[in-house]
Amino acid sequence: MSPKTLYDKVWDAHVAHEADDGTCLLYIDRHLVHEVTSPQAFEGLRMAGRPVRAPEKTIAVPDHNVPTTADRVNGIENPESRIQVEALDKNAKDFGIHYYPVHDVRQGIVHIVGPEQGWTLPGMTVVCGDSHTATHGAFGALAHGIGTSEVEHVLATQTLIQKKSKNMKVEITGKLQPGVTAKDITLAVIGETGTAGGTGYVIEYCGEAIRDLSMEGRMTVCNMAIEGGARAGLIAPDETTFEYVKGRPHAPKGAQWEAAVNWWKTLYTDEDAHFDKVITLRGEDIAPVVTWGTSPEDVLPITATVPNPEDFEGGKVEAARRSIEYMGLKAGQKLSDVEIDTVFIGSCTNGRIEDLRAAAEILKGKKIKDGLRAMIVPGSGLVRAQAEEEGLAEIFKEAGFEWRLAGCSMCLAMNPDQLEPGERCAATSNRNFEGRQGRGGRTHLLSPAMAAAAAITGRLTDVRELL
Amino acid sequence: MEKFDKVHGVAAPMPLINIDTDMIIPKVHLKTIKRSGLGVVLFDEMRYHDHGGENEEFVLNKPAYRKTEILVAGDNFGCGSSREHAPWAIKDFGIRVVISTSFADIFFNNCFKNGILPIVVEEEHHAILMEDAHKGENARMTVHLEDQQITTSDGVVIEFSVDPHRKHCLLNGLDDIGLTMEKDHHIDKFENHASQARPWV
Repeated sequence: MSPKTLYDKVWDAHVAHEADDGTCLLYIDRHLVHEVTSPQAFEGLRMAGRPVRAPEKTIAVPDHNVPTTADRVNGIENPESRIQVEALDKNAKDFGIHYYPVHDVRQGIVHIVGPEQGWTLPGMTVVCGDSHTATHGAFGALAHGIGTSEVEHVLATQTLIQKKSKNMKVEITGKLQPGVTAKDITLAVIGETGTAGGTGYVIEYCGEAIRDLSMEGRMTVCNMAIEGGARAGLIAPDETTFEYVKGRPHAPKGAQWEAAVNWWKTLYTDEDAHFDKVITLRGEDIAPVVTWGTSPEDVLPITATVPNPEDFEGGKVEAARRSIEYMGLKAGQKLSDVEIDTVFIGSCTNGRIEDLRAAAEILKGKKIKDGLRAMIVPGSGLVRAQAEEEGLAEIFKEAGFEWRLAGCSMCLAMNPDQLEPGERCAATSNRNFEGRQGRGGRTHLLSPAMAAAAAITGRLTDVRELL
Repeated sequence: MEKFDKVHGVAAPMPLINIDTDMIIPKVHLKTIKRSGLGVVLFDEMRYHDHGGENEEFVLNKPAYRKTEILVAGDNFGCGSSREHAPWAIKDFGIRVVISTSFADIFFNNCFKNGILPIVVEEEHHAILMEDAHKGENARMTVHLEDQQITTSDGVVIEFSVDPHRKHCLLNGLDDIGLTMEKDHHIDKFENHASQARPWV
C-alpha cells in the first residue's frame, strides 16, 4: 500500500461513496451548530419536511450574539440577536439535538465547547457553519467550516459532497524562544504563506515546536489555518492528545477507550508520504509578532516598523496603502510606538485556560495603563470557572480588566462588545479585517501575553521586555 | 435553485485583493433568519458613508454599474468568514458571476449552492477582463456556462474550466440534498460499517 498522510487516512476512513469523477460523499462524525449560520438551514428542513438524520451527532450552542455582561441573565436586549438565539433554542428542541443554552455553565464558543466536552475526538470529521472549525484539527480530526446550504445538507444527510484537497506540510523545527507562543507560530506561518497560500490544501502542522505545544496551543495553531486559506489544519494525535481527551464527558470509556486509542495511534503520516507543498520554519527564528494591516498576512515581529506599500508587488501595493491609511499608521513608524485604546483577550483562537494563564503571568501585580479599556472574555463558562478557581480572575480584576461571561464577543462584534470608529485594539482574536471589531475599528492581532503587555504600557509592546 | 445558463450584462471592476466576507456583508446584517433581501447591504461599509448616504466613489454606486451582473475582482476574493450571507447578498443584488484569479474555498463552494458562478482565470486573462470591466456600461460581457466561455465587449473569447458535477447542477438548477438522498443506501451502509469499526463515535 502506498504511504499515506494523516489527512489521507482520515479522509479514506470517511468516504461513503465516490463517483467516477472523484466527487465523494464524506461522512460527518460531528456537526457543531451556532445561532448565526443555522436558522435558514433548519427552515429549509422544515419546508422540505426532513428530519435531522443524526441528532445524536449534532451539538448546538449560542455564542456569536450572546452578551458577555452579567446582566445577560435578564435576556438579550437587541431584538434581532434575541430572535436568533431563540430560534436556536427552538430548533435544538424541535429536532432533538444536544444543546448548551445561554444559562448553562458549559455554554461558550462552539470551538471551545466541542473539545472541552469530549465531542471532538481524533480521526473524526467535524464541520460547523463557521470558518474557525479548523480549530478541531488539533486533535487529528478533519475539521472545516461550511456554508449554511451545507449545514442543511449535513443536517439532512450527515454527509458533505466533497473533493479531496491537496496535502501541505508545515513543519516548525526546534524550540520556541521565551515569550513566543502558538499564536506567534500560526501568525508567522500566515506571514510566510499569505492568506491565499493554503487555498486548495489541507495543512498538517508538525515538527518539534508543534509536538511541544499543549492541546490549547495546538488548537490556536489550527484555528488560524483558515486565515492561510487552507480548508483545514491537522496535527497528528499523540499522548498529549489522549491525555487531554481522557475522562471528558463524551469521550469513550473502558474497553471502547482502549479500542479508540489503538486506532488513534495509527493516525500519523507514513514515512515517504507525498506532500504537494512543504513549508519549514525554525522555531528559534519566530519572534513575538503583531499585525499592522487589515489582512492576517500583514504580520511582522514587534521589533519591526510599518512597511512602505511600495515595497510590495502587484495588487498588494494598493492593498497595503489602503490598510495603512485605514489603520491610521505611517510607513516607517515603529510598531512598538503604536498606542492603543483597547485590549481584547478571548475568542476561539485564544480564549482557553492556558491563554488566560499566559496573560495572568504578565499582569500579576500590575495595573493596566490609565484610561485604557480592557476586557477578558473566557471561551466557555467552564474556562471562566477554572480561571476563578486558579485565582486568575482576581489578577485580571485587580489589574483593571473587565471579567466577562463566555462568548465570541469583540472578535466579531455581533454582540454589544464593539470598537468605535478609529478605536485601536490589541486583540487575541483571528481577523484584523476592516470593520471586523466594529465599523472603523482598528485591530492588531497578537498573543495573549503580548496583549497583556500592551495593556500595561498602553502601546504595542515586546512582551520579552516584561519577562 | 435557479438554473444558470448564460449571463449577458454589465461587468464591474473591483481590483482590490483579499476582499473578505466582512467587506461583502458586515456582521450587523447577519442577524437575519432569512436568506432574502440582503442585496441592499452588499459591500455595506464601502458602499455607504458612516452617516448613511451613498458613497459615489464606490463602483456599484456609479450610474454605469448600478445594474452589474458580473464582478471582476482581485485575488483571493471571499476570504474570511464562512457566512453564506455573502453570496446571498451578491445574488440578491443581481450579480450572477464573479471572476477572479483565486477564491477562498468556503466562499467558492457557497456560490454554487446559490446559482452564482465563480470563475477562476489566469492573470493574463484577468487583466483583459478587468480592463474590459473598466469600460462601464459599454462593457457588457457574456458568460456562457455550457460552452465555458467568457466573451468581452470587444469579442475576445476566454475559456474557463468548471467542475463537471457543479456545472451540471448549475445548468439544471439541481438541489444537492435531493441528489445525495438518492444515495441514501450508501450512507446507511457506511454507518453500519463505521458503527462496528469505530463504535465510540
